[in-house]
Amino acid sequence: MALMLKLAWRNLWRHPRRTWLTTGAMVFSNVILVFMISMQVGMYQMMIDNTLRASTGHLQVQARGYLEDQKIREVVPQVKPLAKQLGGELDLDTVAPRAAAFALASSADRSYGIQIVGVEPMAELHVSSLPGLVVEGRFLEGSNTEEIVIGEVLARNLKAGVGDELTFMGAGRDGSFAAAVVTVVGILESGNPEMDRSLAQVPLAFFQDVFTMDGAGHDIVILAPDLFQVATVKSEVEALLPTDEDLVALDWEQLVPGLKQAIQADMSSAMFMYLVLIVLVAFSVLNTQLMSVLERTKEFGIVTALGVSPGRLGRLVLLEATLMGLMGLVIGVVLGGALVVWFSFYGFTFPGLDEMAGQFNLPDRIYLPVTLFGLLFGPSVVLLASILATLYPMARLRWLEPVDAMRAA
Amino acid sequence: MPAVRCVDVCKTYRQGELEVKGLDHVSLEVGEGGFVCLSAPSGGGKTTLLNAIGGLHRIDSGEIWLADRRIDGLGKGELASLRLHQIGFVFQAYNLIPVLTARENVEFVMEVQGVPPDQRRARSMEILEEVGLKGLEDRRPAKMSGGQQQRVAVARAIASRPTLVLADEPTANLDSHTAEQLMELFVELNTRHETTFVIATHDQRVMGYARRIVRMLDGRIVDDTEQEAA
Ligand SMILES: Nc1ncnc2c1ncn2[C@@H]1O[C@H](COP(=O)(O)OP(=O)(O)OP(=O)(O)O)[C@@H](O)[C@H]1O
Ligand SMILES: [Mg+2]
Repeated sequence: MALMLKLAWRNLWRHPRRTWLTTGAMVFSNVILVFMISMQVGMYQMMIDNTLRASTGHLQVQARGYLEDQKIREVVPQVKPLAKQLGGELDLDTVAPRAAAFALASSADRSYGIQIVGVEPMAELHVSSLPGLVVEGRFLEGSNTEEIVIGEVLARNLKAGVGDELTFMGAGRDGSFAAAVVTVVGILESGNPEMDRSLAQVPLAFFQDVFTMDGAGHDIVILAPDLFQVATVKSEVEALLPTDEDLVALDWEQLVPGLKQAIQADMSSAMFMYLVLIVLVAFSVLNTQLMSVLERTKEFGIVTALGVSPGRLGRLVLLEATLMGLMGLVIGVVLGGALVVWFSFYGFTFPGLDEMAGQFNLPDRIYLPVTLFGLLFGPSVVLLASILATLYPMARLRWLEPVDAMRAA
Repeated sequence: MPAVRCVDVCKTYRQGELEVKGLDHVSLEVGEGGFVCLSAPSGGGKTTLLNAIGGLHRIDSGEIWLADRRIDGLGKGELASLRLHQIGFVFQAYNLIPVLTARENVEFVMEVQGVPPDQRRARSMEILEEVGLKGLEDRRPAKMSGGQQQRVAVARAIASRPTLVLADEPTANLDSHTAEQLMELFVELNTRHETTFVIATHDQRVMGYARRIVRMLDGRIVDDTEQEAA
C-alpha cells in the first residue's frame, strides 16, 4: 500500500492550486459547521437546562399515571422522607419533594384558575432557579406558613402585590373542600411569560394540610449533575424505588416532550442549511476528482496495462479523495476547534440573542461547549460526502481501455 | 505445452468508414523458453499482435492461449491479474509513471504483487544496475533521456521475473553498446530462468540474438525461420 499511498499523495500535488482550492472549500465549510453545530449544541444544552431548572428538573418520581391527567389522588406517599432517603442514597442534595393541585385563586378584584405547587423552600434552592428569580419581596421561608409566591404576570392579572392577601379554593385529596388565605411574599419573573402567568408556590407542609394530603406529595424532583448523566441517575433511582408502591421515574423527555420536539424542529431546519453547504462542497470535490481522472487517462492506461485491476485503480482514486478530505477535516477541525475554544472562554453574542434569551431562559452570552460531537460531526459528513462524490469518477475507470488510454496525450 | 499459442486471430481497427486489418488470420506458437523476434515494417502489426497476446486488445475472432489458459474473452480484472503475475510488458512508448522515480517505477509492479518492501527495493536496485542506470534511481522520467527511460521500462518489465516478456522495440532509442548489453541481459534471463521472450523490432542487432524470426506484413505472418543465435 505504501507506494499506492505515495502515488495518491503525489498525484494530489501535481496541481497544488487546484488541490488547495478544493481543500479550502472543505476547510471553509468545516469551520462553519464546527462553529455552528457547537453553538447549537451549546444553545440547546442551555435551553434544556434552564427550562428544566425552572420547571420539572431532569427527573421526577411520580405515581404511575399521574403524568397523564395529574389527578390529586395519584400520590407519592410520604414524599418528604422518600425524597430525603433518595437524596442520601444517591449522594445528591439536588432532590426536592413537591405537590400540586388546581385551585381558584382570588384577590380583592379578580379570580383565576391556577395550579398551586407546594414546595420545600430549602430543598428548592438546590433544584430550581425560581428562588433566585424573585423580583419583588422574597422567596418562601417557613415550611408551614401561610405565604405564597406568584409569577409576575399572574400578579398583574390578579392586581395583587407583595403584602396582599389571596384566597384559594379547590378540592382536597379526599374530595373535601379545601380553602385557605395566604399572603403574597414575593413576585417571580422567570423570563417566560407563559410560566409567569400560572406560577404559584406555597410551602409543602402548609399545602399538605390544606389539601389533606396526609404526608403525600406528587413528585420528587431530581437534578442530575449534568444533562449527560440523567440516564445513569434515572436507572439508579429506579433501583431505589420502594417496590410496594406503584412509582415510576420519568426523565425530562417524558416530562416535557415538547422541549425535545422544539429542539428537533430547530435542528432539522439548521440541518437543511448544512446539507446545502455540504452538497456544494461535494460538487467541488466531484469536479476536481473528475478532472484529475480525465487528465490521467494515459497514466491509468499504463498501470492497467501493467496489471493493475480497474478495482484497485478505483481505490487509488478513492484514496486520493480521502487524503484530500482528511486534510480538509484536520485543518477545518483545528481552525474551527480553535474558534470554539476561544468562544468557550469569552462567550459569544449576536443581535437578537437577548430576545431569544428571554424566551428560553438563556443568558445573553453563549459560551460554546467543546464537544466531540460539535467538533467532528459536520466535518465527518463532509468527508463522507466528498468520498461519495468520487464514486462517479471511479466508475468511469471501469470503461477504460488500456491501449486507447495509453495513446491519450 | 507452448507458452503462447495464437489460433487464426483477426483484429480489425475501425475508424468511421475506414477499416484497417491489424491482424489477418494470424496463427503462431511460441514454446516455453522461446526467444522470438517479430519483424515487420512500420504498420505491419507487431504492436497489435503483442497487445493481443498480452490481453490488452479484444480480438474479433480466433483464440489466444497462454500456457493452458485461453485468455481471449476473459474479463478486465482477470486479464489485469494475468499481466500482473505472468507478463512483463515493454511498451513502444516507454510509458513510465511520471510522478514516480525510476526505482519506484520498477518497484510498482512488485508492490502491486505484494512483494515486501525491502525485497523489492533490493531487487529494483539490482536490476537498475544491470540495465546501466546506477545512480539514476531517484530521478523522475521527465529528467531522463529517451534511452534511459526505455531502460527503466525494460527494468520494470523484468523486475518481477515474469514467465513471458513482451517487448515492443526495446532498443529503439539505444546506442549499439547499450542495445547489446540489454540483449545480453535478455538472453541471460532466457537461458537461466527459461523466460519466454517475444520481441517486436526492426533492429538488425536485436534479430541477431533471436533463435527464431517471424516476419509480418500488413497483419499477416509471411515468414517464420529458425536460426542459430549469435
Ligand atoms: N488504434 C488504432 N486505430 C486504428 N488503426 C490502428 C490503430 N493501431 C494500429 N492501427 C493500424 O493497424 C496496423 C498495424 O499497426 P501496429 O501498430 O500493430 O504496427 P507496428 O508493426 O507496431 O508498427 P510500428 O513499427 O510503426 O510500431 C497499422 O496499419 C496501423 O495504422
Ligand atoms: Mg508498433
